[in-house]
Amino acid sequence: MLDPVLIANAVVSGLLLGCLYAIASMGLAVSFGMLDVVNIAHPAMMVLASCVIAALCAPTGFDPLLAALLIAPVFGLLGAGLYRLYHLYFERRGDEAMQGLAFFFGLMIVIEVSLVLVYGADQRWVETGYGGLSLGLGPVGLPLRMLLPALMSLACIAALLLWLRRSFTGRAVAAVAQDRDALRFLGADPIRIKTVAFGLSVALAAIAGGCLIVVQPVDAHSGHVFIGRVLAVVILAGLGSLPGTLVAALVFGVIENVTATLFGPAWSPAVAFSLLLAVLALRPQGMFGRAHA
Amino acid sequence: MSRPLRLNVGLAAAGVALILILRLIDNDYAWYTGYVILQYVLLAVAWNILAGYSGYVNFGTAAFFAAGAYTTILLTKALNLDLLVCVLAAGLVSGALGLGMGWLTLRLRGVYFSIATLSLAVVLQTLVVNWPYAGGSSGAYTMRPQGYAVFGNYSEFLFVLMLVLALGGIAVAAGIERSRLGLGLATIRDDERAAAAAGVPTLRLKLIATAISGGMMGMAGAPLPYYASYLNPEAAFSLTHTINAMAMTLIGGTQGWVGPVIGATLLSTLQQGATVTISSAGNLLIVGGVLILFVMLAPKGILGLIRAWRGRGDTA
Repeated sequence: MLDPVLIANAVVSGLLLGCLYAIASMGLAVSFGMLDVVNIAHPAMMVLASCVIAALCAPTGFDPLLAALLIAPVFGLLGAGLYRLYHLYFERRGDEAMQGLAFFFGLMIVIEVSLVLVYGADQRWVETGYGGLSLGLGPVGLPLRMLLPALMSLACIAALLLWLRRSFTGRAVAAVAQDRDALRFLGADPIRIKTVAFGLSVALAAIAGGCLIVVQPVDAHSGHVFIGRVLAVVILAGLGSLPGTLVAALVFGVIENVTATLFGPAWSPAVAFSLLLAVLALRPQGMFGRAHA
Repeated sequence: MSRPLRLNVGLAAAGVALILILRLIDNDYAWYTGYVILQYVLLAVAWNILAGYSGYVNFGTAAFFAAGAYTTILLTKALNLDLLVCVLAAGLVSGALGLGMGWLTLRLRGVYFSIATLSLAVVLQTLVVNWPYAGGSSGAYTMRPQGYAVFGNYSEFLFVLMLVLALGGIAVAAGIERSRLGLGLATIRDDERAAAAAGVPTLRLKLIATAISGGMMGMAGAPLPYYASYLNPEAAFSLTHTINAMAMTLIGGTQGWVGPVIGATLLSTLQQGATVTISSAGNLLIVGGVLILFVMLAPKGILGLIRAWRGRGDTA
C-alpha cells in the first residue's frame, strides 16, 4: 500500500523541481522553439553560470539568486555575440543542419572541459542562510532551498511572457518565429530581433544556473542529465509554446520525482528519455504545439 | 581490375603491410596505439555513413559503442563465448538499437533524431549502472587470454581484429557510396522532400543506413572489454567517443570514406601523443576547439581544402 503522505510530498517537491526545469527549458524554448537555433549547449551554459555563481558566492556569502540576476546581462551579451557568429557562419550559408549542430556540440564540450580544467571535477555548491529551513503545509514540507528558486523562476517566466506580449521587440520575436520575411516588410530586421532573442535565451540559462546551484550541488558534467530533460520538456510542450513549456516542465518534474520516490533516484534520468521517445513517436507536435515535423 | 575490386585489394594490401611493419617494431605499446587509431577510423567511417551520406547527425556514438562493449561483457559472463562471436553479436545488438531509434524518430525532421540519440547514451548508462549483473556503476573485469590461435601475443590479436573490422568498415562504406543505397541517401541529403516525391523510399534507406552505422559502432566497441581488461559505464559511455567520431569526420571531410579515415588517423595519432604530454581533459578541449574552427572556417574539411587548393592551381 502506498503511503499518501509520501506521494503528496513527492508531488509537491516534483512541482517545485518542475519550476526549476521550467526556467532551464524556457531559454531553449525561445532559441530552439521560436528561433529554430538548436542550441544543445544550453544546459552546459546553465552549468557554466552555476559554477561562476558558486565561485562568486561561496567565499563572499552573496546570495546566488541575486548573483544570477546580476550575471544574466553578461550572459545575454555573450549569447547575442554567439548568435552573430552562428548566423554569419552557419545560418547564412544554410549549413545549420549538420555543421551548426556540430558547432553547438563542440561548444558544449569546450564549456564542460574548461570547467573541469578551471574548477576541477569536484562538485560545487553554495551555503545559503535559508538552505536548511523549510515551510510546513500540514504533513507536506516545502524546503526553502526548493521554494525560493521556484518562485524566482516563476517570476522570470512571467516577466518573459509579459515582455513577449506587450513590448514591440517582444512581439517581433514572436513574429520572427512565425514569418521572417513578413517581419521585414514591417521595418524590423529579423537578424537583429533574433540576436536579441538569442541573447535573452542565454541570459535565461544564467538565471536557471543560479536556481540550480541553490537546489543541488553542481559539477562540470551536470548538464548531461539536463540535456534529456530540457529537450523532452520543450518538445513535449510543442516547440515554441512558452506557457506550454511551463506546464510540460511541471508535469515532467512530478513524473520524475514520483518515479524517484517509487523506484529509487538512480532511475530518474531514464524518465526523461522514455518520455522524450514516447512524445517523438506518438505526438511529435507536443501537447500544445502545431505540427512541426 | 574493376574499381571496387582494386579498392578491396588495396585495403587488404595496406592491412598486411601494417601488420608486417608493427611486427618489425614488435612493441606492445605499438599494438595498443594502432588499435585505438583503428577503432576511431571505424567509428568515424561508421558515423559518416549516416551523417555524410544522408545528412543526419548521430550524437549517440558513445551509446552504440558501449552497447557493443557491454554485449561482449554479458555474453562472456553468461555463456563464455568467444570474442569473435561477441563481435558479431555486438554488431547485431547495436544495429537493432539503431533500427529502433531510427524507426521512432527518423520520420521527423533530422534534428529530432539527433536529440533522441543524444539522450540515448544517458539512458543506456542509467540502465547499466542499475544492472548489477553487468557490473553496475563499479564496472566489470574481463580476463584476457595469453594468446589467441596463431597470434602469440593477445595485443597483436586485438590489433589484427580491429584492423580487419576497420578495413571491412571502409569496404562497406565505399560499397554503399557506389550502390543504389548511396545514391538514395545522397538525394535525401540534398533535398529529402524532393527525393520522397520522386519515389525514393527515404524512410527505408535511412533505417538501413542507421542500422549499418550503429552495427559498425557496436563492433568497434565489442573488443573494448578485452583491450581495457576493466570497463566501467563512465568510460564506456564517455562523450569522448561521440565528439571524436564527429570531429574526426568533419575535420577530414564528409563527402566520402576517405575524409573520416584521414581525420581519424590524423586526430587520433595526435591524441595518442597529446595524452602522454598533456592531460586527457586538455586533449578533449583541443578536439572541441578544432571541431569548432573546422565547421566554421572549413566546412568541407581537409578534403575540401585540398580540392580548393587544387582548383586554384588549375586556374592559375
